[in-house]
Amino acid sequence: MEKDVVIDLRHISLQFDGQPILKDLNLYIRNGEFVTLLGPSGCGKTTTLRIIAGFLEPDGGEVRFGEKSMRGTPPHRRPVNTIFQRYALFPHLNVYKNVAFGLKLRKLPKEEIARRVTEMLRIVNLSGFEKRSVASLSGGQQQRVAIARALAVKPKVLLLDEPLGALDLKLRKDMQMELKSIQHQLGITFIYVTHDQEEALSMSDTIVVMDAGEIQQIGTPKDVYDEPKNAFVADFIGESNILDGVMPGDYLVRFAGMRFPCVDKGFEKNERVDVVIRPEDVDVVPPQDGVLQGTVTSVTFKGMHYEFIVDVKGFKWMIQSTDVQREGDVIGISIKPEEIHIMKKSAYSELIGDYSCFSDEFEELSNAAPGED
Amino acid sequence: MKKRSSPLLNAPYMLWCLLFVLVPMGMVVFYAFSDRQGGFTLEIFRALTATAEKRASLAHVFGYSMLYALAATAICLLLAYPLAYFMAHSGRSAQRNLMLLIMVPMWMNFLICTYSWRTILNDNGVINSLLGWLHLPAVRMLFTPGAVILGMVYNFLPYMALPIFTVMQKLSPSLVEAAQDLGATGFGVLRKVTLPMSLPGIASGITMVFVPSVSTFYISQKLGGSKTMLIGDLIEMQFLTAYDYNTGAALSLILMLLIVLCMMVMKRFSDGSEEGAFVV
Repeated sequence: MEKDVVIDLRHISLQFDGQPILKDLNLYIRNGEFVTLLGPSGCGKTTTLRIIAGFLEPDGGEVRFGEKSMRGTPPHRRPVNTIFQRYALFPHLNVYKNVAFGLKLRKLPKEEIARRVTEMLRIVNLSGFEKRSVASLSGGQQQRVAIARALAVKPKVLLLDEPLGALDLKLRKDMQMELKSIQHQLGITFIYVTHDQEEALSMSDTIVVMDAGEIQQIGTPKDVYDEPKNAFVADFIGESNILDGVMPGDYLVRFAGMRFPCVDKGFEKNERVDVVIRPEDVDVVPPQDGVLQGTVTSVTFKGMHYEFIVDVKGFKWMIQSTDVQREGDVIGISIKPEEIHIMKKSAYSELIGDYSCFSDEFEELSNAAPGED
Repeated sequence: MKKRSSPLLNAPYMLWCLLFVLVPMGMVVFYAFSDRQGGFTLEIFRALTATAEKRASLAHVFGYSMLYALAATAICLLLAYPLAYFMAHSGRSAQRNLMLLIMVPMWMNFLICTYSWRTILNDNGVINSLLGWLHLPAVRMLFTPGAVILGMVYNFLPYMALPIFTVMQKLSPSLVEAAQDLGATGFGVLRKVTLPMSLPGIASGITMVFVPSVSTFYISQKLGGSKTMLIGDLIEMQFLTAYDYNTGAALSLILMLLIVLCMMVMKRFSDGSEEGAFVV
């Protein structure tokens, strides 16, 4: 095991009323890393965070901070702090006293407390808000107070449980940048829980994709996007056309009734596989130049590009392109070998189909509403 | 939230207030400041404080009433707070059962509850029979200050427990977790989060116990005997024995002012908190 591991989760399992929530979870987190636990609601990501914080004790397995087992260590004696989903600021205390809460418990001298509170409020851009009551602050400001309060006690690891879930889109983007820069400034390890894949991709050093109490993939944002391990990851992160395919041999894959050269190897001869092609990786060409031909069935303007649903022999593809097409147009499709990603078949393969019943709203619903986990 | 309600909807409430609050209050004030013929006079108050002896006995009655009520309120708070805390932290079914346990005595008539304490505390009562059976000396309990305070605590405990429970139940568990997360031990959470945040409940509980305690007469009569004369007894006597409505009204007015004064002190504690549990 590497030396700079701060938190090590070993064979963690947990059940609620006989319902498995976490199944043999193994994960280690390096010092200074920005790790995101990403998954739909109910996947066990918040539970994992609560186990690290000490609010839940796992049924099996062990949490280690460095070399020390945390079994039986209550939350107040763990060197981690949490930013809660709904901020959990103390309504009976003003901004200053909220931030000073943990410092006072540590019985620091008054001047030291004042110095640190001032510094923390400066870091989160809330200088001058000391005397304000927390109820008078906006959601974004309350979130900043929560961050200042947690950072004031200088935790080794900061746990963030969907901290931006209650903010509107614009504010959320700003806060993402700010959190990232705070993490950079202070060099603290962040463990961040979210169901928002964009947030995960833009902020993290490492993404841990979870579903049904299990880790599906651990990797850098680029890894999980470009090289998803299974159909769940491919479907959950970004948009994906996932097709049923067969590998007749190395560097060759057959799907949609055609053979394509690809860059993957090491599969058994004629192994059945899942083929992932990202919507933006498909080249739209004149019908006669395409390997596949299809009919455009729906066009959506997305600002930076158009999004088409294209019927290719009954399979609905999603394709993104900057060139406009009209509904009913017949187009050609061409795919470069390096844009084809091959995955092993998994339990998810049959569950995830094409874009025949696709709508944005449906996608948002299925990618989990914020809140209860 | 500033929606204008129709005056028609207000009418029954206004009528209620007028009939049962304002009119009686007006009558108390009227009687306190009038002589038997109905003319304005300050004679009643002057008579109450005419001699040093009268002043001393009045101060004595008021002082003891306050003291008894304060003791009962303090004991109620000490009993009710842990009870409410325990209730707020137990499961739904335990909560229901405990609530029932608190409510059941309130379904019984207050006079019967108080009277039945006599048979328990009596010189030949339940407790003393038990002591005698164990060959222990009998203890005098009935007609002692302790019995009066016990009666108050017994009757008014629910009014302390329920508002505290209500406030505690609304306290978000994530606040407790946040405090633990920042380094607070179990006691630290209680001292720095739970207690300060349940102050509104405590304030309303104190009000709801103190006010009836300070003005009660039945409890002191039945459990305290003739030795303990509380202000409630004195007022009752003026109305029902001496038929001196004017003096009774004057005493009531003084008591009311004292209560308002106490309420104002209490209000300082509940100010700044968002809960509307405080009742005046």
